[in-house]
Formats: sequence, C-alpha cells, structure tokens
Amino acid sequence: MLTRLTIHELGARFRSGEATPSQAAREYLDRITSFDPKVKAYLTRTSEAALGQAAESDARFAVKKPLGLLDGIPLALKDVFCTRGVETTCGSKILKGFIPPYDATVVAKLRAAGGVLLGKLNMDEFAMGSSTENSAFFTTRNPWDLSRVPGGSSGGSAAAVAADLAAATLGTDTGGSIRQPAAFCGTAGLKPTYGRVSRFGLIAFASSLDQVGPFGKDVADAALMLQAIAGHDPMDSTSAPVPVPDYAAALSLGVKGLKVGIPDEYFIEGLDPEVEAAVRAAIATLEDLGAQTQRVSLPHTEYGLAAYYVIAPAEASSNLARYDGVKYGLRVPGARDLIDMYSRTRGAGFGAEVKRRVMLGTYALSAGYYDAYYGKAQKVRTLVLRDFQRAFELVDVIVAPTTPGVAFTMGERADPLQMYLNDVFTIPVNLAGLPGMSVLGGFTRTGLPIGLQLIGKAFDEATLLRTAKAYEGATRWQERKPELAA
Amino acid sequence: MAEPKITMKEVESVARLARLTLTDAEKERMRRELDGILSYIDKLRALDTEGVPPTSRAVPMTNVMREDEPRDSFPQDLMLANAPDRSGEFFRVPKIIEESPEAS
Amino acid sequence: MSDAYEVVIGLEVHAQLRTRTKMFCGCSTAFGAPPNTQTCPVCQGMPGTLPVINRRAVEFGIKTALAINCTVNADNRFARKHYYYPDMPKNYQISQYEEPLAEHGYLDIEVAGASRRIGIQRLHLEEDVGKLVHEGSLETAQSSQVDYNRAGVPLMEIVSMPDMRSPEEAAAYLKALRAIVVYLDVCDGNMEEGSLRCDANISLRRPGAKEYGTKVEIKNMNSFRNVQHALEYEIKRQARALDTGERIVQETRLWDPDRGHTVSMRSKEFAHDYRYFPEPDLPPLDLAPAWIESVRATLAELPAAKRARFMKDYALGAYDAEVLTQSRELAGYFEAAAKGSPHPKTVANWVLNEILRVVPPDDEKAIAACPIKPADLAGLITLIEDGTISGRIAKDVFEKMLVAGESARAIVAREGLTQVADAGELGSVVDQVLAEHAKVVEDYKAGKKAALGFLVGQVMKSTSGKASPAVVNSLLMEKLPKV
Repeated sequence: MLTRLTIHELGARFRSGEATPSQAAREYLDRITSFDPKVKAYLTRTSEAALGQAAESDARFAVKKPLGLLDGIPLALKDVFCTRGVETTCGSKILKGFIPPYDATVVAKLRAAGGVLLGKLNMDEFAMGSSTENSAFFTTRNPWDLSRVPGGSSGGSAAAVAADLAAATLGTDTGGSIRQPAAFCGTAGLKPTYGRVSRFGLIAFASSLDQVGPFGKDVADAALMLQAIAGHDPMDSTSAPVPVPDYAAALSLGVKGLKVGIPDEYFIEGLDPEVEAAVRAAIATLEDLGAQTQRVSLPHTEYGLAAYYVIAPAEASSNLARYDGVKYGLRVPGARDLIDMYSRTRGAGFGAEVKRRVMLGTYALSAGYYDAYYGKAQKVRTLVLRDFQRAFELVDVIVAPTTPGVAFTMGERADPLQMYLNDVFTIPVNLAGLPGMSVLGGFTRTGLPIGLQLIGKAFDEATLLRTAKAYEGATRWQERKPELAA
Repeated sequence: MAEPKITMKEVESVARLARLTLTDAEKERMRRELDGILSYIDKLRALDTEGVPPTSRAVPMTNVMREDEPRDSFPQDLMLANAPDRSGEFFRVPKIIEESPEAS
Repeated sequence: MSDAYEVVIGLEVHAQLRTRTKMFCGCSTAFGAPPNTQTCPVCQGMPGTLPVINRRAVEFGIKTALAINCTVNADNRFARKHYYYPDMPKNYQISQYEEPLAEHGYLDIEVAGASRRIGIQRLHLEEDVGKLVHEGSLETAQSSQVDYNRAGVPLMEIVSMPDMRSPEEAAAYLKALRAIVVYLDVCDGNMEEGSLRCDANISLRRPGAKEYGTKVEIKNMNSFRNVQHALEYEIKRQARALDTGERIVQETRLWDPDRGHTVSMRSKEFAHDYRYFPEPDLPPLDLAPAWIESVRATLAELPAAKRARFMKDYALGAYDAEVLTQSRELAGYFEAAAKGSPHPKTVANWVLNEILRVVPPDDEKAIAACPIKPADLAGLITLIEDGTISGRIAKDVFEKMLVAGESARAIVAREGLTQVADAGELGSVVDQVLAEHAKVVEDYKAGKKAALGFLVGQVMKSTSGKASPAVVNSLLMEKLPKV
C-alpha cells in the first residue's frame, strides 16, 4: 500500500518504476475519500489538479528526469498558506470563498519540486488554538482516538500524516502549533529557526513568532521537506540570508559526544507522569547512544506563557485589522454605513477565540498600556532568549517534553486559560526564535502518542535532526500506525 | 477578589477600537475571560526588566531593502476578483460617515 | 482684534517621492493609470503579504534631510499606525513613530526683507493611502469607490516646529521647502495634483505668554495662496472667538476655498488611538555613515545658495534672482545664456520677460525643448548690443526664432533686418518725412512734443523699422530747428 510509505520509500518506488506518481496520488485520494470523513483533516481537496500534477510527474520519471526527491510525492498544506486559484480560508468564516491570486513562497517551492498538492487542511481559526476546535468549520479528530483532538493549530496537518492521508504536510508554529499536534498525533514535526523559511504568503498571526515547518512520517521525511522550503526570500524582509546546509547529510551523524541539556523547569508539577516517564526514558536512550546529558536551567520559562499572551495577540490584532469586508472575504449585507459594516462583518466572521485575542491585543497596544504590556513582554522575551543562550554555551541540544499531557477529548479544555497552558513548553522556543522539533517518544498505556521535544541553537536544525534520527533509529516508535476502520 | 482588571466600559471601548460588534452576552463573557487572562499576565510585573532591551528576534538583522526596480502589477480583474462589492474598476464600500484622520 | 494676539503656526508637509516604484512593493508610481491597475497583493494588503523597503525612498529621505539641515538618525525604524478607513488596505499605515529618519533641522526664509529661521522637528517616511471617489460629496454619497493605485506610494512627512508667526511666513516656508524638494528631484512639488500636501496647525496667544493657545489643525489647502488665505481666515476667526471670551475647540477644520472659510470636520466618534508599535515585518535600519556621506556629496547647489550667488555674481536684484532660481532648469538656462555676457542684467530681463512668456518656469521638459537655446538668446542680445539691430526689431526676431529655431544672425541676414544707422542714408529719409509732414513740423514747433513721436514713427515706417532710433532722434533734433 503506497499510502503507508514514507517519502523516501515512495520516491524509491517511483525511481525503480515499481509505482508511478499517478498511482500514489489515486491511492491517497481514495484513502481520503474512505477515511477523511472520520478524521476530518481536509477543508478543500484539489483532486483534479493533483491528478494533473501527478501525470506530469509520471512523464518525468518515464524519461528518468525527476525534479528531485519530492517529485510526485502527494502533499497537503495547512489552509494558512495562500495557494493561487485554490480557496484559502485560514479556518475562518471571514475568508470563506477567498481565492488568492498568488502562491506563498513555500507553496511555489513545493510545486517547483514536483510536489503533488492534494488539498488544504483544517486548522484553528487564524492559527489561534491548540486543538483545532477553533476552526470555524469543524474539528479534526485524532487518528489514534477519534474522540480526542489532534492538537492545534495545525491539527489537520498532523492528523493527515498520522492517518496516511498525505505523505507529508506543511504547518505553521507560532507558540507550538506544529510541535504540539505532532506530539498529540505521533508524527515528526519541526519548527525551524525564525527566518529560516519564508513567511511570504503565510497568512499572518503573530509576525515575530510565526514560522513554517513540515510534518513527516519520520525524521528523514521532515528533513527532506525542510530542505525544500528553507532559504532566504527577498519577498520576506525577516527571512535570513543564511545558507541552507545539507540536512540529509546531518541525519547519519549520530549523537556520540553530543551534549544534551535537560531543563529543570520543564519537569514540573502537573506534567503527566507517563509523559515524564517517556521523556526520561528517551534521555536514557540518548545516553546509551553516546550523548552526554546534563541539567540546565531556563529560569524564565514560567514567564514565557504570559509574555506570549501579550505579544502574539497584540501582533495578531494588528495583522487581522485588514479583515473588514472591503476587498476580500465575508461582507455582512445590510449595514447602515461603513463602520457598521466593519463591525458586523468582523463580529460575524471571527470566532470566539479570535475575538478574544483581537480584544486582548488591541487592549495591550492601546494608549497608556503599551509600556506595561507589549513593551514589558518584549523585554521578558530578551530574558527568555538569554536563558537559552546561556544554556547553549554548555550544551548542543536541549531535550524536554513537548506538552504537559497527551491528546485530550473534545470539549475538555473549554476554559481559554486552561487551553493556553498546553503550550507552556513550546512557547519559549518561539519567543527565542530558536528551532524546535517534536518526535514520537512512545505511547501511553492507552495507546496515545507522547511527544519528545528537541530544541536547538539558531540555524542549527541539523543537530535537531541528527539527534531525532538517532533516537528514532533506536526506538522505532514511528513504525506503529493508528488503526482506522473505514 | 482583586480589583477587576478590565471594566465593561473598557470592553466596549476596545471593541469599538477593534471594530467588533459583540452581543451583550459576548461582552459579559469577554469581560470575564479577559479579566482572567490579564490577571495571569500580571505576573510579568514581578519581573525586574530594568535595563533589559526589547527583543524581536534571536538573530538580529538590519538594513533589508530592495532596489527601485519595477515589477509587473497584477491585472485589474484578478485584483478585483475577490471583491465583495465590485463597481466596475473599483471596490465599492457603504456610506462613509466620518473623515479619515489623515484626510489632506 | 487679530493684532492683539501672537500667531503660532506649524506646518506638516507630505511629499510624494519620485521613486519608480512604491515604498514597499515593486508596483509603478506613475500617475494617471486606470483604477486598480497598479497594484499587487502587497500594496492591496492581501492576506499573507509582506513589505520590503525601497532603498531609493530612503536615499531621497536622507537627501532631503541633509538639505534641510537635519540630523539623520542612523538607527531608525518603521512602525504601524492603526486606524480603519477604506483607503488603507491593511487598516494600518506603515510609517515611522519613535525612531524617525531625521530630526532637528531648519529652513531659513525671507519675508518682507527680514530673514527668519524656521525649525524642523522631524522628517520621516511612510506609505500613501488609496483614493476614494464619492458620488457627490462625502456627506451625501450613499457609497464610495476605492482605487488602490496610489496606496503604497512613498511619502516623506516633514513637520516644522511651531515657529511661524504669520501666514506670509507659512507661505514662504512652504515655497522654500517646495523649491528644495523639486531641486533635489525627490518630489515634483505639484500641489494641485497632490504630490505635495500641506496641513497647518495654528493657535493664538497673548504676546509674551509662555504657553501655547489651543491649536486647530487646518486641512485641504492645495496651493500657496490657499495656505495663506486659510490661515488669514483662521486668525480672524480665532481672534473673534477669543475676544468674546469663547474657548477655542481643539479640532480639525477644512478650508473651503470657494466660500473662503474653514469648516469643522464632522466630530469623530472616538479619539484616535493609533496603537503604534514597531513594524515586526521590517528589520530596523542602521544607516552606514558612508552612505549618508555619499548622499551628501550629491547635494547640488540649493535654491537659497543659488539665489545669493546670482545676486552677487550677476548683480541681480532679489526679486529677479528669486524668479530665475525657482527651478534648476530655468536657472541653468539663464546661466548658460549669461555666460560671458557683459550685461547679465539684460539677459535676465530677456529671460524673465520674453522666455517666460512662452515657457513655464518649472517645466524642465518645456525649457529643454524651447526652440531658443541659451546660446541663441545670447546671440540675439549681442546683436542688439553691437548695434546690428534695434530693440524693437529684436523682439520680432525673437518671435521668428521661436518658430524656426534659427539663430538671430541668420534671420537678420536673410530678412535684411540690419539696423540702419548711417546718418547719411537716414538723413535723406528724415528730410523726406519733414517735407511730407509740414503741418506736424508746425505743431512741434508750436510746442506739441507728441508730434516728435509721430515723425519718428514715420521714419521708422519708411525704413520698415530698421532705422536706429537713436540716430533718427538725433537727426530730427538737428534738422527740425532748421526747417
């Protein structure tokens, strides 16, 4: 079954002639038809276009001239990326029907690499959330337990990979929105260093925190996707002019002699004991593989969440000001005048969580409050960054839990603050702009995935990948798949 | 119970600034939820940030600019295609009742 | 009474920069394209788009800042300014707030022979907004239409200190600032088309008072005259109010040029909280001193310096110098024509009175395209000065030069316009005229001085205008007593 294969395995079949991209595309599309009604990962399916792209890929393989390792591989994208000619909603009613006239840079790169785009994936509205329950349309289910959430905001992207509804996907991570769903769904998920990947065409949530990253069935696939999308973009002034290394080459380096840090502040009261046990076991595995572990301290960790919940909503309130019914998206009819139109459109078009954050952000930036909130939070951000910089003088990579618990049931975390606490281990990494990754670190007794987080130095995704790869090789958790009845 | 961090009046004023229509029920819920969140955020005050500069990014960058070279604009039809109310070559908006603060 | 108060005026000028592309994207800034044809996802504020700074706009900002004696802030940064309006694609404008490009400059102006230094508080860069088209007026329109072609065009905002003390000073400041930005080629200075816009802040206070009065903002003044008239009106209005003990409301008023008064803008529902914060999509600027210096080196002679030099080197009066230096092109034309001339004042007169009849003073293309090149004008003047032709004939030759683009010498030769100054030849013509108009001669002798003009005219007619007026006059003076 082609849909069970990783990108590397599938690509090998294409090259050997055992399978064609069209076959793979059709198998994935059939599987989506059978199983997505249960998983509900897809918002939009671009089946016809996908088959067209697959056919073009077939032709290239036939003359042994593939575009690269992603040629013909069926992929899907979080609906946060602008895709030319394809509806892009960002999980929101206010953008229902919006057809972007342009491709995000990362989308253009995947297309140029020959990727076959199966469709757009469900997400928390405007990437605000940790469960995909904030999608304006429906909630995606966790393939490991359909009564549970897949995490968020890139819930559809994680679930699609976990359920073999795409070979790999792209998501975005602002406070944990790749790593947390990767942990809940048991996939590899990587948030690159801020500036490593272009944000042009990514519908902005929090400009100084958002980053694009891949979900993969294994570490090597995630590395391959990263290779395809990383790099400087002149259309994004915040993208870094740092050369992209060969990530595949890093994978086989192993962890012998690598210095691994274990942060005290991530092993707190309230951490699920099974999660803790899994992470401790992972640390032991790394030691067995030759890594040297030591404790490190990141003393400002507990303030990260508070700082994030000022900075992210503030930037979001600004980025979302443009959704006003004038040029695109929803316009509520029957308004008396312009201001009424604005207010009714935004009132009807935004969901509760988005409204909450827009209000919070507007308040934090308003006259008289800027210094106490945004100004202060940006200073706390420096303290969080300095914690990591000090730790990275002692170690090469930090290992910790991705989340305090495992996938919860739908509706369980109704209180917003309760929901925010999901991101306590992932947020500091965004504040510092460092790369972070989650890999499958085991399962609970009841069979729910547990995520292991790796945090690295700026632009040192290679160390994350080699560590993750070594761990994966020794444990092979990723060979287990959820059972989905049709 | 501590002083409320945000009053209903402030909720209404912020909603106006953010151009959001909220029902009465939404306003009340918003007030309670924002109150809770703002109380949580208050823990930042305890932190001494004297002399600490604000950061936006781990790896600072400056002077990112482009040359003054023209790029093709997008065709008119494509740019108007998503308009909720298109009027010929223009976007149409309902009756404007106040001047722009920047009207010159 | 207006004169019982001291007037305090500050001006805020927005200048559209003459870059080829917009401030943050590569769309053209050319004027006059059909609506919404010079836009892209970036300047229309589509989801997912990001700005990228236009280097030339920064260069123009630095250049202007140096020309108005500002300190350029090497560290400067863009910020978001939030308000909702349909001409604002993102509902925030990318501008500069706490860290502007330049500060603390000045401009020297002259009013009624007195020189004054007007302080300049700051200069910063921002993006322009789109254009709204209302059916009828803003008050009556049921809907409006939006064109985003102009959205994103680079703007330079220059804010003066409240140092001006009269509408004349305000107009002089605006003229001087406009001349500079046009000279530097950073802005075309067209107030009617809106590439240069001016808002004023004006307040009155008792002379000697330390505190400023309540200031009123005035908008919609699209020419120097309108600026002056609007401020004159506002002074009267505020003085009248203060005289009767009324308080001045801090507000924005629009100048209505047709009715000659300012009108309060509809009161806004809520005060504007712009919620400024540093633009997270744009890394800050840290301008290299070497770049700033290289821009400084490109500063050509500015209007004030050129004016002073013209007055000194060419012995021109202040008014003539000012008119001739109002554009680089006109000043260049004059200098080329005056080069090597022994009488630059004559050249100046010809330029001011004749050339400016046919060419607008600040239209560089028209000046360059003028059929009479500076050397040609110089040639014409030489022919007058060496007596080849009379001043009157020269004017005819000038008109012919405009049409043909030929040199004066060629036209004079071809049409035989050389002045006749030979006393012998003219003597016989004079005799003829005196003989034919004995009655007029009698009138002259009887004391009618005007008769002389008639006789001169007849000689001119007889010689097709070629007679040298000086010689004719002296011959008549010599012969009349003898008749």
